[in-house]
Amino acid sequence: MSSGRKKIVIIGATSAIAEQCARLWVMESAIDLVLLGRDHGKTELVAQDLRVRSPQSRISVQTTDFLDPLRIRDLSNRLVADGLPDIVLIAHGSLPDQIACQTDLALCHEAIAVNGVSPILFAEAFAGHMQQAGSGTLAIIGSVAGDRGRKSNYVYGAAKGLVARYAQGLQHRLAGTSVHVVLIEPGPTDTPMTSHLKAQGARLADVGEVARITVAGIRQGKPCIYAPAKWTMIMMIIRHLPRFVFNKLDI
Amino acid sequence: MVAVSSWGRLGSWEHEVHALRDRRQVPHTIRTFRPGIAYGNGRSYGDVCLNPDGHLWKTSLLDRFIDFDETTGRLVCEAGILLRDIQRLMVPRGWILPVTPGTQLVTLGGAIANDVHGKNHHVFGSFGDHVQALKLVRTDGEAIECGPAKRPDWFAATVGGLGLTGLITEVEVQLHRFQGPWLDTETVPYGNLGEFFNLADDSESGWEHTVSWIDCISGGGGGGRGLFMRGNFAQIDARPEPQSRPISMPMLPPVSLVNHLTLRPFNTAYFHLKKFRSGGAVTHYEPFLYPLDNLLEWNRMYGPHGFYQYQSVVPRAVGHDAIKAMLREIANSGSGSFLAVLKTFGNRQSVGMLSFPRPGVTLALDFPNKGEQTLRLFQRLDDIVREAGGRIYPAKDARMPRDLFQSGYPRLDEFLPYRDNGITSAMSRRLMGN
Repeated sequence: MSSGRKKIVIIGATSAIAEQCARLWVMESAIDLVLLGRDHGKTELVAQDLRVRSPQSRISVQTTDFLDPLRIRDLSNRLVADGLPDIVLIAHGSLPDQIACQTDLALCHEAIAVNGVSPILFAEAFAGHMQQAGSGTLAIIGSVAGDRGRKSNYVYGAAKGLVARYAQGLQHRLAGTSVHVVLIEPGPTDTPMTSHLKAQGARLADVGEVARITVAGIRQGKPCIYAPAKWTMIMMIIRHLPRFVFNKLDI
Repeated sequence: MVAVSSWGRLGSWEHEVHALRDRRQVPHTIRTFRPGIAYGNGRSYGDVCLNPDGHLWKTSLLDRFIDFDETTGRLVCEAGILLRDIQRLMVPRGWILPVTPGTQLVTLGGAIANDVHGKNHHVFGSFGDHVQALKLVRTDGEAIECGPAKRPDWFAATVGGLGLTGLITEVEVQLHRFQGPWLDTETVPYGNLGEFFNLADDSESGWEHTVSWIDCISGGGGGGRGLFMRGNFAQIDARPEPQSRPISMPMLPPVSLVNHLTLRPFNTAYFHLKKFRSGGAVTHYEPFLYPLDNLLEWNRMYGPHGFYQYQSVVPRAVGHDAIKAMLREIANSGSGSFLAVLKTFGNRQSVGMLSFPRPGVTLALDFPNKGEQTLRLFQRLDDIVREAGGRIYPAKDARMPRDLFQSGYPRLDEFLPYRDNGITSAMSRRLMGN
């Protein structure tokens, strides 16, 4: 175990928001960083970049099957054995085609597994260790899509809603401890995941800005962060719209 | 389809945009979606980065560092990284990009494809002079690694090659060891072009950076008062760095804020204010080298019709007369902008077959787009450039006639065989026919 250095684990390190967060973290101070991805080569590209940005940081790459509970458990045990992480950021996700999910149940199943079940398995795998040690921050990237189901993306929204409800429960469980559980809810962000939305003319948030808000929120241990902040207000309204109004909206 | 424009905001055109993110996927993407053209940060002014109704390969997410050797200063990066991100990481470590243009908000690939230059051309040449190697991906899937010592013909075609020889994915660039982020600077007012040339000649040996602001509206009689600015990086004790607080042009004004009512008072005030405060100063490199970078979207000030920039270089022997003739045309037209730059280039050849910098003197001016009236003025300026044996800078151009491109770039025929037939841009169609 290394003394004094912050240890951060990022699950889904090739996601655009996660990569930007990693850049901010290594520029703050030299850290021990574990990048977990599905594709080793792709994750290694991210690691290479971070090593140039922060030659003093120790950056390693791990891969695993993101849907296999046993491997997830095994991996978390191994990582914790090297030293309990100060921060675990769970960032993976993929935006499915809603219409396709309505007809292809395999796709629907995969979307819910990747965006909902998998992040929960990772969080649960680390939560116990953090609770035992009485320290650490567990941050999960949800989505504003999880706040209220809408016809344009409710399969994705359901998975993210699952994550939000899970985070809520975990916060309740860990309320008396020094472990922080942070749920980040980005609005639509300019990432490769949303490139088709941009093509439809949507105004998307800058991923660097979302990452800055995320890193700051994690530092403060806030329970729930909307990024950019305007989504706090927008989603408050969306959540409270009466159904007869909401159902008339084409969103 | 997404509406995309370039820095001049002369219009916006529908494009099929493909964001490149994983450099290993580039060959597949550009082979599948072609013909197209690379688009970096969209800071070129005209149509070099546009391909209306066609494919656009967006490189801004190819922004990763790959390797850096702290002892030699060799940096390897992906080509979509902004020069600013390189500077901000490397300057605190004592290394700096030897050549940067007047904004650092351009991508590395764009800096090479347009072979950009800076205020220190007479010392460091243009951007391509510092590229040690690059990886070029062709739309047939082939990857070509080239540099000054390896396949130098491909390198010479690609530097300044307007993105037409392939897509640059990786670059190795030699950084310059320097003394810290501060410059000793000096501002010297000049009253006419003769004084400008004397200052430029006198400054060539003792000053690393030279540039001048010229008052384009006072060009009539004596012609061309302005402010000559020069600077040297210097060993200066650490002092608080300027707070970079970018502000944004908040809205698109309904008419250009630069017009005949504002131009003369602004230029007069600017000249006298700066003249009053002329002399030496210590300046941080960011405001000195990139004065407009903290004013985001300043291009909006020209209003809904956008603007042109006209940048030419003419040989030194006829430089005085040609610049004087151009200033006279501009002053007579009453058009122009306060963003007007006059600078001499050093006596050195550029690497690229189509590189813009050549020995001589370069004049760059913004013009609010007033349609025909503006284009007619450009025709008169073209005549002067043509007669002087000069050339126009493609990175800034949206309208030069084909014959002027051909006469300005005599190595064009040598360049053409290196083009990738899966790459086309509005500019290539305009100036090369396809």
